[in-house]
Amino acid sequence: MRDFAYITANTVSEAVTLLDEKGQSARILAGGTDLIVQVREARRDVDWMIDIKSIPEVNVLDYNADTGLTLGAAVECYKIYAVDEICDAYPGLVDATKIIGGTAIQGRAAVGGNLCNASPAADCIPPLIVLNASCVIAGPNGARELPVEQFCTGPGQTAFDNGEMLVSLKIPAPANNSSSFYLRFIPRNEMDIAVVGAGASVTLDDAKQTIVSARIALGAVAPTPLFAEEASALLAGREVSDAAIDEAAQAAQSIARPISDMRGTAEQRTHLVGVLTRRALNGAIQRIRDAA
Amino acid sequence: MTENKEYKVVGTRPIRHDGVDKVTGRALYGADFQIAGLLHGRVLRSPHAHARILSIDTSRAEALPGVKGVVTAQDLPSAEDRIADLGEGAVNLKHLCDNILASDKVLYTGHAVAAVAATSPHIAEEACKLIDVEYEVLSPVLEVRQAMEPDAPLLHETLKTTSMGETADEPSNVASHIQHTLGDPEKGFAEADIIIERDFVTGTVHQGYIEPHNATAHFNQDGHLTIWCSTQGAFTVREQVAEILQYPISKIKVVPMEIGGGFGGKISVYIKPVAALLAKKTGKPVKVLMNRTDVFEGTGPTPASYIRVKMGATKAGKITAAEAYLAFEGGAYPGSPVGPGAMCIFAPYSIENVIIDGYDVVVNKPKTAPYRAPGAPNAAFGSETVIDELAEKLGIDPLEFRLINGAKEGDRRADGPVHPRIGFIETVETAKAHPHYTAPNGKKHHGRGIASGYWFNIGLESSVTINVNADGTINLIEGSTDIGGTRASIAMQAAEVLGIPAESVNPSVVDTNSVGYTAVTGGSRTTYATGYAAYEAAQDVKRKMIERAAKLWEVDVSNVQFEDGLFSSINGKEEQISFRDLCGQLSQTGGPVVGSGTVNPGGAGGAYATHVVDLMVDEETGKVEILRYTAVQDAGKAIHPSYVEGQIQGGAVQGIGWALNEEYIYNAEGTMTNASFLDYRMPTCLDLPMIDAVIVEVPNPGHPYGVRGVGEVPIVPPMAAIANAIYDAIGIRMTELPMSPDRLLKAMGKI
Ligand SMILES: Cc1cc2nc3c(=O)[nH]c(=O)nc-3n(C[C@H](O)[C@H](O)[C@H](O)COP(=O)(O)OP(=O)(O)OC[C@H]3O[C@@H](n4cnc5c(N)ncnc54)[C@H](O)[C@@H]3O)c2cc1C
Repeated sequence: MRDFAYITANTVSEAVTLLDEKGQSARILAGGTDLIVQVREARRDVDWMIDIKSIPEVNVLDYNADTGLTLGAAVECYKIYAVDEICDAYPGLVDATKIIGGTAIQGRAAVGGNLCNASPAADCIPPLIVLNASCVIAGPNGARELPVEQFCTGPGQTAFDNGEMLVSLKIPAPANNSSSFYLRFIPRNEMDIAVVGAGASVTLDDAKQTIVSARIALGAVAPTPLFAEEASALLAGREVSDAAIDEAAQAAQSIARPISDMRGTAEQRTHLVGVLTRRALNGAIQRIRDAA
Repeated sequence: MTENKEYKVVGTRPIRHDGVDKVTGRALYGADFQIAGLLHGRVLRSPHAHARILSIDTSRAEALPGVKGVVTAQDLPSAEDRIADLGEGAVNLKHLCDNILASDKVLYTGHAVAAVAATSPHIAEEACKLIDVEYEVLSPVLEVRQAMEPDAPLLHETLKTTSMGETADEPSNVASHIQHTLGDPEKGFAEADIIIERDFVTGTVHQGYIEPHNATAHFNQDGHLTIWCSTQGAFTVREQVAEILQYPISKIKVVPMEIGGGFGGKISVYIKPVAALLAKKTGKPVKVLMNRTDVFEGTGPTPASYIRVKMGATKAGKITAAEAYLAFEGGAYPGSPVGPGAMCIFAPYSIENVIIDGYDVVVNKPKTAPYRAPGAPNAAFGSETVIDELAEKLGIDPLEFRLINGAKEGDRRADGPVHPRIGFIETVETAKAHPHYTAPNGKKHHGRGIASGYWFNIGLESSVTINVNADGTINLIEGSTDIGGTRASIAMQAAEVLGIPAESVNPSVVDTNSVGYTAVTGGSRTTYATGYAAYEAAQDVKRKMIERAAKLWEVDVSNVQFEDGLFSSINGKEEQISFRDLCGQLSQTGGPVVGSGTVNPGGAGGAYATHVVDLMVDEETGKVEILRYTAVQDAGKAIHPSYVEGQIQGGAVQGIGWALNEEYIYNAEGTMTNASFLDYRMPTCLDLPMIDAVIVEVPNPGHPYGVRGVGEVPIVPPMAAIANAIYDAIGIRMTELPMSPDRLLKAMGKI
């Protein structure tokens, strides 16, 4: 590991100025569970590490039943699942925060870090997509918002322009009769990166029989996490049934463009997209029906 | 021999002597070692699986500030020169040296090419990037059957197959062929009512010890070399380093630090001679550490293999003949464990007609190293699956089938030896009577499987010295590095002899200058052989203490009796003194008492295990969940039952990993793509049920307390047991390891 400078930024503008000045040789440090590992293994050269954990805006964790959730970019996983209202409102996101690494990692790792690392297999990204989350981005030219499904542009690549950073994520308040679910397939029961991940959010009618709307997102089957737009759309207005869910699962499979690597083969991944999409949709529907 | 004898210490569960230091983080491991002036070494490794080294230019690295020395194979005493001197043996010496630092060719990705010593590990790492190596890249050969093809790329131009005493004319990747025969296999198969023949493939797997290799070397001004390191045997390190550096053993001292696991993988040396070369070059102590990728790529795993097994049986369930073809990868240099695999494959059974062929084949992977019962798990995966299929086709319960055919005292193994008293049948009977075996198992996609296994165990040399303290305690000096609680299991054998509690023994594992020669902690030998030496040393102490009591009471030694920690005078005088009190009288009765024991015992006594596993297959994802696991094993005599159970559980767990997910995954260029614990998937605690370890005790006649080695055999049955359970669950025979989710999906026709 080569030497680098460590800097604590106390304000967003301080961090943005530094990022803008130092360019590619600077990186934001949140929990460091991706970044420090990458630097140690010489997979990333960094001269400046800018620690944002002292910036108030990136530590906000604010849930309001009407306006939804503001999740600061550096809020650690464990803080999220400690709040009951958040667990009730966004169970799909909570599913992801509870499986990242293990207890120790969850004490450090941020959802924002998981997103900005832009791994195709990142566990938080599919649930953020299905929950309609958007990124609040600050940069030298001010702030902007971007839907999460447009944020990743390739493995480790993001829509950030030079000098930009993530301040927070915004997730709208959940609709009535809605819920979400995320699961991944791993050969073991912990400490693995998703071979495939699938998230779903579903809103049912008052009778809990008909799907009003649904969103499906997939991980680890393309260079970026995917929003399965067509698969999602074809569920709207459908009665809950195995046939409808199978159709959506097949539509999801058709957009998967997986590779074969040490974590799984392309055929296995395509097959699993079908299995996990069904399980994610059924899981979300079950949660709606189980809710009082 | 000591059947059913009651012991005071043996068989109890005292707290291990090294336990507190280990759980509180105070125990000192090799990486903790510090010394003034310490430099840090890093090894540059080959990015190619097979290439000729055209040139190495170290000048840019040497120029980096902080770099104190760079070494390559040029710094090793030339192995070529020694071919003339030593004849045949020199070939092996060249292999040994080339594996430490490649000279003419690199033979696997991760092969060490050069090493740097610098003032910080980071500088050493950066300096490695400045070493310019010019390679001529050659095609790699990565699979044993491919390597055996006549037109396969050759790893060694001079390697020729030796087959039963004959050496072939043409070079080949097949280093050797062995064969064992018993009876008349052709006749045996003719007598069979049913014959099953199946092919099996197993992957390359690593021991996965938690602590990476480490070594610190330092030369005194007078040329004495000291090496502090993690090893399974300080004396073998001394021998190997002496051989590689052509340096006298009298000038080498090896200090074993605590060891964080080895399982066979910390017997061969890798960075120890490199640290010594760097220390010599720089005149400073040098510490070399591996990271996990270095460990996966640059140290010996246990080999992938191709196995064909054919067995025949009568309708009544008697096996009439067995045939096996075992082709094992040796890695870059000869030395696969195909020999032990061939010794163990049919050893649980009494079979009259057997033929076993074994091949040791080089491929472009790291040179294999021992791993828990090396060779036997690969072999048993084949034979125990075929046994299961025979029993199934004949409609005989698989444990019953084993009772019909099980080996007993007096039966001959195909490779020659006749079994002494063994406990295979007892493990089968115990498994059959266990509530696990009779519990219902009817759910969809749930399956139960069983398999057995054998490991022969070894004896070899051990030395123990006991110093008696005035307060009634003893200091026990031993040379066996303690991996699995052997300080306790050895101390307890001495304590039993002297009638003192285990806590009154203070065991120390010491360096090669401070104890008699002791072979490695391996081969399941330590509690057996070093325990035996401790028993002998304690007997020596007992004899000497009896002399002291006799002197004290002015009687003849024949009038002193020692029982339950108490010396008493018989025939006349009414005198009694405890061991402890007599210890307080040593200076008045002639001075210190030191006892010693050395052994090289022949009667290690083989170990058998029979495992029962329940599992569930997710037929949509191909994932296997282990639900219940019972491992029955003959321990001879369990000196410390907790540590026997620990060994059984650990072996079973490593077998589960081997069965389900562990393997080296290679890309087409021959580089491992999963060289980390993230992607080399060993089981975690969430992947396992509690392993129920059941100890059976059929005392080994070759040990005073009946001990048999226990560390290795528990890894032999799991792969076949799990394969047999998968068959029970989904009706498919898996013949390739690991039985990972993608392979199961394929076998089920889902992808
Ligand atoms: C043992 C272990 C297990 C793991 N298991 C999982 C797992 O199961 N699933 C999974 O998805 N991941 C896993 N990870 C990866 C990692 O923990 C997660 O991706 C985590 O959420 C990253 O968050 P962090 O706060 O640590 O990010 P950091 O490492 O601090 O940052 C990650 C990247 O994002 C950038 N970044 C961070 N914050 C910002 C910001 N506000 N603005 C701009 N750029 C930013 C950083 O520069 C860096 O490139 C594991 C890691 C380890 C070490």
